Formats: sequence, C-alpha cells, structure tokens
Amino acid sequence: MNPFTYTRPADAAAAIHEAAHAGARYLGGGTNLVDLMREGVERPAALVDVTGLDRTITELPDGGLRIGAAISNTALAADRRVRTRYPMLTRAIVAGASAQIRNMATLGGNLLQRTRCLYFYDDAARCNKRQPGSGCDALEGFNRMHAILGASDACVATHPSDLCVALAALDATVHLEGADGKRALPFEALHRLPGDTPERETELRPGELITAIELPALPMARRSTYRKVRDRASYAFALVSVAAALEIEDGTIKDVRVALGGVAHKPWRARTVEALLRGQQPSEEVFRRASAGELSSARPLRDNGFKVELARRTIVAVLSQLAGGRP
Amino acid sequence: MSVTGIMRTVLRYVPDALVPGTRPDDERVRHGHVGKPVSRLDGALKVRGQAKFAAEVAIEGLLHAAVVHSTIARGRIASLETKAAELAPGVALVMTHRNAPRLKAPEAFGEGDGVAGSNLPVMQDDRIHWNGEAVAVVLAETQEQADHAAGLVSVTYEEEGAVTNFAVAQADAHHPDSVLGEPAVLAIGDAEKALAAASHRVDATYTTPPLNHNAIELHAATVEWADGKLTVHDATQMISSTAGSLAKVFGLKPGAVRVLSPFVGGGFGGKGLWSHQILAAAASKLAGRPVRMMLSRQSVYRLVGGRTPTVQRVALGANRDGGLDALIHAGTVAMTTHNNCPEQFTFPARHLYAARSMRLEQKVADLDMLANTWMRAPGESVGTFALESAIDELAHEMGIDPIELRRRWEPERDPTSHSPHSSRHLVKAYADGAARFGWDRRDSVPGRQRDGEWLLGMGVATGTYPYYRFPGVKARVRLDADGQVTVSTAGHEMGMGTATVQAQHAADRLGVALENVAFEYGDSDLPAGAMAGGSSQTAGTVAAVTAAADALLAQVLKLAGNDSPLGGLRTSEVVARDGGLGHARDLARHESYGSILRRAKRDFVEAEETGSMPLEQMKYSMHSTSAMFAEVGVNAVTGEVRVRRFLGSFDCGRILNPKTAASQFRGGIIMGLGLALSEATLFDPRSGRVMNPSLAEYHVPVHLDVPEIDVMWTDIPDPQAPLGARGIGEIGITGTAAAIANAVFNATGRRVRDLPITLDKLL
Repeated sequence: MNPFTYTRPADAAAAIHEAAHAGARYLGGGTNLVDLMREGVERPAALVDVTGLDRTITELPDGGLRIGAAISNTALAADRRVRTRYPMLTRAIVAGASAQIRNMATLGGNLLQRTRCLYFYDDAARCNKRQPGSGCDALEGFNRMHAILGASDACVATHPSDLCVALAALDATVHLEGADGKRALPFEALHRLPGDTPERETELRPGELITAIELPALPMARRSTYRKVRDRASYAFALVSVAAALEIEDGTIKDVRVALGGVAHKPWRARTVEALLRGQQPSEEVFRRASAGELSSARPLRDNGFKVELARRTIVAVLSQLAGGRP
Repeated sequence: MSVTGIMRTVLRYVPDALVPGTRPDDERVRHGHVGKPVSRLDGALKVRGQAKFAAEVAIEGLLHAAVVHSTIARGRIASLETKAAELAPGVALVMTHRNAPRLKAPEAFGEGDGVAGSNLPVMQDDRIHWNGEAVAVVLAETQEQADHAAGLVSVTYEEEGAVTNFAVAQADAHHPDSVLGEPAVLAIGDAEKALAAASHRVDATYTTPPLNHNAIELHAATVEWADGKLTVHDATQMISSTAGSLAKVFGLKPGAVRVLSPFVGGGFGGKGLWSHQILAAAASKLAGRPVRMMLSRQSVYRLVGGRTPTVQRVALGANRDGGLDALIHAGTVAMTTHNNCPEQFTFPARHLYAARSMRLEQKVADLDMLANTWMRAPGESVGTFALESAIDELAHEMGIDPIELRRRWEPERDPTSHSPHSSRHLVKAYADGAARFGWDRRDSVPGRQRDGEWLLGMGVATGTYPYYRFPGVKARVRLDADGQVTVSTAGHEMGMGTATVQAQHAADRLGVALENVAFEYGDSDLPAGAMAGGSSQTAGTVAAVTAAADALLAQVLKLAGNDSPLGGLRTSEVVARDGGLGHARDLARHESYGSILRRAKRDFVEAEETGSMPLEQMKYSMHSTSAMFAEVGVNAVTGEVRVRRFLGSFDCGRILNPKTAASQFRGGIIMGLGLALSEATLFDPRSGRVMNPSLAEYHVPVHLDVPEIDVMWTDIPDPQAPLGARGIGEIGITGTAAAIANAVFNATGRRVRDLPITLDKLL
C-alpha cells in the first residue's frame, strides 16, 4: 500500500474540493478500494472519505425514494419502504458479500466497485483494465467467472455487484455533483461496456461524486425478486443473477423488468427479454423464447459456456415464479 | 522383500507380550477422566483473546517483514533494484540473495531427519524455481512500511522454459522411489486379465484439483537472536524437528535453536518448515534486531505448499456373486524434484477390500512449482474419492446395495501385507450408521426423489486412515509433594484438544484429579515431542507419558519403602489411585504421594522416558475406518448442490474425549465438503502462478454450506494401541467427497468424476 493523505469532509462541496487533487479517490466503506490498495492495484495519493455525507432516505412526491449515497448496504436493505416497494433491491443487497462487509459498504461505493477478474488483481498478469494496452490474460486463462455479453477482445471482465443489478432493473437515476455542478444520469448510462478502453468503467467525469440514487415509483416492483446463482451458498460472486419484476393484467404481461448480473462488464438490462414479453401471455415457453433471444448474442469463452444455459434457465425460473404469484 | 516386509513377517511369530508397544492397554488406567467429554482447557483463554499466537509475541525493537515474490516459474534474476525500497520511510534493510547470510539448504521430508517442505536453498542465489518464490525480504518499523517498500523493489528475470502444465507433464511421469516407504507399484495376480474376464466391471478416470491450505491463523514467525542462539516463536506442528532443522540450516549446535509454539490456529499439514521461518531468522541476523514475519494470505499461497492434483484410474471387476476379482488403482500426481510428497492415493486400496487380484501404481510428474505438501489425509482424502466412487458405480451396475457390496469384500486379513487386523469394525460402523441415517429410505433408482426444484439423493462411502505412531517421542512427568503432576513434552495444540486429552490421560495414569495436572507443551526445550502429523500425536504422546509415568511410579514405590502400607509390594501389584499408590485389589493398602514424598524428604520426583518402539503397527494391520453418509439436494434449474445432512460413523478405537473428538470428525467432514464441492487452486498452466490466492476466490465452505453433521463411533478399543485409541484428526475428510458424489449420482443420475462438483458439471 502506498502512502496517502486522508480527509473526511463534512459536505459534498468540501469533498469535491478535496477530490480536485491529483490522484484523489473517494472512499466509501473501503470494502473494495482498500483491498485493491493492499494489492497495489489502486494507488491513490489522497483518500476523501465521503461516509459522513448524506445517508438519508427521503420520500419523493410520486412515491419514489431518494437515497443518500453514503447509506450503508445494511441500512438500505433493512429499510421498510425499500423492502415493501422494491423487494428485489433488498434481496440483491443481502445476497452480496457478508454481513460484516454489508455493514461497512456504501451505496455509492457499491456502484463503483471494480471487477474481481483474477488477472486484474494480480500485478504479474497482463490486464488492459489495470494497465491499458498490456493485453488480457483472462482471454485464454481462467475465465469461468467472465462475461458472455457485451465483452471485447480487450476485456472480458464482469461487474461484480448484486445491488446494481436491481438498480438497473428499477430504472434508477444517479445524481452526481462535480466541479461543474450537478447532473443526473439514468442508471443504465452510468456503466460502460469495455470496448477498447476497459480502464474507463463509468461515465463519471474526473472528481465527480455520486451523491444520491433515485428510485422511481414503480408499483410493479412490489412483486419483484432477485435470484443469485453462485459456487457456494454464500460469500461468492454471482455466476449468473437475475433481478426481475412482472406485471400481469388480464392474463397478459403488461410490463416486465429484467436485469442480469455476472454476465457482462456492466449490470445487464435485458431489454430483449422485456421487449419479447410485453403483451404476451405468460408461459414457460414464452419465457424460454424471450431468454433465448437475450442470450442469442452471447459469446462464451473457454470456461464460461455454461453461463449461457444457466442464464436462460434462471431467467425462466424467476419469471415463472413471479408469474405464479410467488414473489 | 523390503525391510518393512521382513520385519512384518518376523513380528507375526512373536507373541504380543514380548513386543514392546503391543501390550493391551490398559486396565490400570480407569479413573474416569479418559472418555469424558471434557471441554477444551485452552478454550477460555482463546475466547478471551488471551492465547498468544506466534505473530502476537511482543519483543522490544521488533522489525516487521514483507516478502517480494517472483513472477516467473523458472529462470534467474537478471536485475534487482532495491534502492527505492531501502530509502522508503521506516525501512531497516532489504535482504536479497546478494546480502543474505550463507545458509545450508534444509533437508526435505524423507531426507535424513529433515522436515522442510522443500530442500531448495533459501535465497542463496539468483535461481528461480517456482512462481512466487521469495526474491527479497523488506524489514521495516511497521508492517505497513514494509508492505509499501516491498512494492518498490523491482526485479527483472531471464526466463527459462518451465514445466507448469500438469496435463503435458504427465507424459514424462515416472515412479517415485517409494510412496512413503511403500512400493510405487504393487501387483497381486494379473488384475488386467481378471478385469477383462469379470462379469461386471467399471473402468473410469477421476481427477482432483490442486488445493491450498487456509488455516485461519496465517503462517507467522517472530524470531530473535541472542548470544548466538536463535529463538523462534512459530506456528508449527513440528516443534522439535523444526528446531533441529533450523540449527542445521544456520550451522548451529543442536539446542542452539529454541522453537516455541504454544498455540497454533489450525495446521492441517501446512504448518511445517517452509522458507518464511528461515527468511525471518536470516533477515533478523542481518539486521541485528528481532523480526516478525506474518505472511499475508497471498504469501501463504506463494510460499506454503498445498495438495497436489491427481489423475486416477480405478477399474473394478466383480464376478456374479459380487466377489472382487480385480482392483486396479493407478494414476499420477504433480510433484517437484525438490520434495517428496507423492500423495499416497493408492493407500486405501492397499488395505480396504479383499480383491483376488490387484494392481496399484503411483507415478509423479515433475513440475516447476511450489513444493506440494501434506494436507489433511494426504492420499486417503483424494484416493477414497476415486475408489469409493468407482465402487458406487459398480454397485449401481450390478444392482446391489453399495453397503452390501462392500460387506462382501470385507477382508479377513490385510489384503496386501497379509497381517492380521488389530481391530476392524467397518461392518458394524456401516450397520450402525445406516440405521441412524435411515439408509433404508434411499431409492436406488437415481433421479426419482424430488422436493420442489431440488432433486434429492443419498450416497455412502468408506473412509479410512492408517494408525501411525512414530518412534522417539519423549515425555517427562514430575510429581510434586503437594500432589501436583506436571507432564512435559514438546507437543502441539492446534485447536484439536491435545492439552485437554493429555491432561485427562495423565490424571488417570497418575490417579489424581484433572485440576492437579499441568500439561506443558509447545516448546522445543521440553523433551522431544511427537509431531502433530499422521494423526499420530495422541498415541505417540500417550505412549511416552506412559513410559515416563511407569518409571516415576516405580521411583515413588521405592521411596515409599517398608514403613508404608505399600511395603513389600512390587510395581506390578500397585496402581495409581486417589492421589497416591495403592494395592491393585486391597483398597485399604494405600498411601498418598504427599505422604510418601514428605517421608522421603523429597520436594518432587520426576522421570523422563521415550515411548516404546511402535512395533505394533508392523505386526498388525492398524487402520481406522468409517462409513460416511450424505444426503444432497441438486437444483434441477441451476445445478447447485447443497448437502442437506451428513453422518459419519467411525471405527477409530477408543474415543478419549467425545467432545473434542466430535469436533475433529466434523472439522474433517467440513474440509471434505470443500474438497467435494468448491475448493480448487487455480494454477495457471501458462505461468505456473496461483491466480486465486485469497479467501474470496478460493472457496472453502462457509457456514451456509455446512449442514447438520451427525457423528457416531463404535468406541471399541484397539487392543494394540496406547489407551486403545487410533488417531482421529484426518479420517473425517476421507470418504466424504465420494459419499457426496455418490449422493449427487443418486439424485440426478449424473456421475461427476472431476472435483470439485461445481454446478456447471450438472447443468
């Protein structure tokens, strides 16, 4: 770990001011950044601790929620409004990490956690994300955990978050504040696909701070869920995860939200599934066709071909469960 | 015939009474402590955080160490730039092969009395032998400063062609000189011919991945030099031999190195002598200051070996009556040219079943990698996976219950050594286990039991582990005039209950209350103790304490003289009881130790002895066995496997402490769950580098993976083992993976022969 300065500003403006220094990074719970510093992957010169900033949940006039980015994962998951209005979000959060880590981790930090690709973590390996232009040792290496959708020859890493998969499905909005002022991004526009610049993971501008997340009013999300498939019962990253909500009216799918985790460089909003399902009568066969449509663009690697079938099956199982009225 | 073979043959004709170490033990030691579920005596200390582990020993002026690891598998260091690190804040020095003290190479296991994981010289030249080998050690005032400076050392290499692909290296596999003293090839009859002629046969290949040690306590050594003597506060399961080996490496007289290791946070075979203790002592010598080296989790993966991968063929041929006509178990493991751990996967097949013909063969493929090492039941853990899976396949093929098939193969004598069994009750373990587990509820047709999305299945397998007792274990017993007993031996407490069980034994042996016994261990200045390996420490220590106690009691009887109620009695006529000596049958004839010692004007009496030669294991076939039962659910959608319940039914001789024993059995089974379902070291065959050196990416079972685990035992004393007890530390992991794989087959009809059984293999 390299030497760094540490400040804990009292408000967003002060934090943004501090983060203007070269090599500064915002610090949430540190559950990912500090690990990466220990491994020498991240070497910030200054840490700006933003855990003292807004962590409240406020009601929006239309029934949505605005959530301060410094809230802990535990507090967010446990909030009664979140649990009843957006159960998929609570389920996604508690499917992640361990209780101790969730107590430390923050919402803002969760959005910016970095891939767990083994070659990204190891200084001795080639990684275009860690060292642009050096190559990718995962392409022909251990890539069982890696992306099947939207990857490039430069990078096949996945985004590790569970929480973000739910946010993608819920059409959340990300509120940002930087030296140039405030702005908002649709959640889906926050993370990037790797392309030729896998080192650029989000659309954040230098020094920009995530201040809050807004969840829109979404009555259908009351019947929503999150299913995570992994290599042990707890404390493992998703091989495939599915966040979904389903609204059925008069035997027809009126609206549907599906997002996938563990399959791409970003939380993957399954727009194809959604488009193929709207207006259809729910059945396993319909769900199967829709999931196959989404996965038709999958490009599996040496070790992760099973993810294609696993994603198909998990989508079908989750939608069938929701259609059967079992949230 | 080997020397061992000749010894076995000769001993067969020698009566038990004349063979030291084989006297049935022990009617005189029945005072109610041994066999009781006494809670661990060190438990309170640990819960309160008062037990000091190797990395917690405070020494004035301590420097902290960090290791720089090589990033190639084979070649030489071309350039080594340490200036930036040396100038970094808090750095005392950077040690490399250029300035390291000149040291002798350690002896590896199997060489002389060596115990090192590898016999490579430690930081003596510019050669690189594996990816991750230490190339520099940074000493600094704080751990953070050392870690930071380690990142500033820059190294370039001249790479040479390295063999790091096990699949490729198998082409050049060869027989090792021996497999722990046993022949690498063992043939009885013509097994291939018998297989070809058999009415029923299976012939399949099973593979197991490399695995790493993940004891909760990181490997650590806090070292200090004073007056040319070295003190090492180590986390080790081999105190006495580590002290001896370090003395040789540093060219010191035996006794000039003291190793202390009062508490070890898990060993499992991995807490031996590796390069880090040598590096810490060398750097401390160079710096002239005490040094603490606590390896990071990643450094443990790079410097401490684990279980080697295996490729195993098992072929079984049975006749119409189910008799086993042919048993073939052959395969290859990865090893290096600088160690000797051939992962004895054929050992179970040597002893378990009555086969009319047999071919057992072990090969090793030499890789440029960190030396592999012992890991809980080396050989038997992975060997039983292959053998016991194949038996399940054959039973299914034949339409016979797999327990019944094994019952038909129960041997009258050891199938390869032909020695009689000292005590073998596997059939009873199966019967008891089957009744408790509800085996009769199993549907023998796979894939028919379902609970919602989950396919359910039951599986069974045999576990086995040899009885070992190593020679040369010493113990000292001291009796004070106030009736206090102190037993001293350089043994190990790694959390398994050594101190508790040995105190129970000494209390019974000396006829005193448990609270009057102190058990001293964990210090090489004490009489040379048993290593905590081969599940042998308890038996070895008990034998040594028995010898010392016998000598002590003889002294006490002599001191009692003729003015005592014991006057005129011979040692064979007295027993230790009620805090003194008494006549074996005449309860009125008794005198307390205090009374005897005070009359003799002695403050204390003590005796030090070496345990009897362990000839019992040469005369008899001595093995523990178990019947392992698993019930699993396999998710029909995702392929996820969850073990729903598990039962281990053990035949391990007498159980000395049911509470600590149950924990040992359960711990072994939990490690077996990891072997079966989730653990694998990702060793990149391109670079020879371990890519998942962390508890996040190397998947040991978490709480949610561990179901209710039931354990039971026959508790039938082994008449040839000290206190009737065979070892129990390792057997729990054996048979577990096969029981689970067999249950997965019963649930799904899918046979997974490649561990771990991850969900992608069941989609």
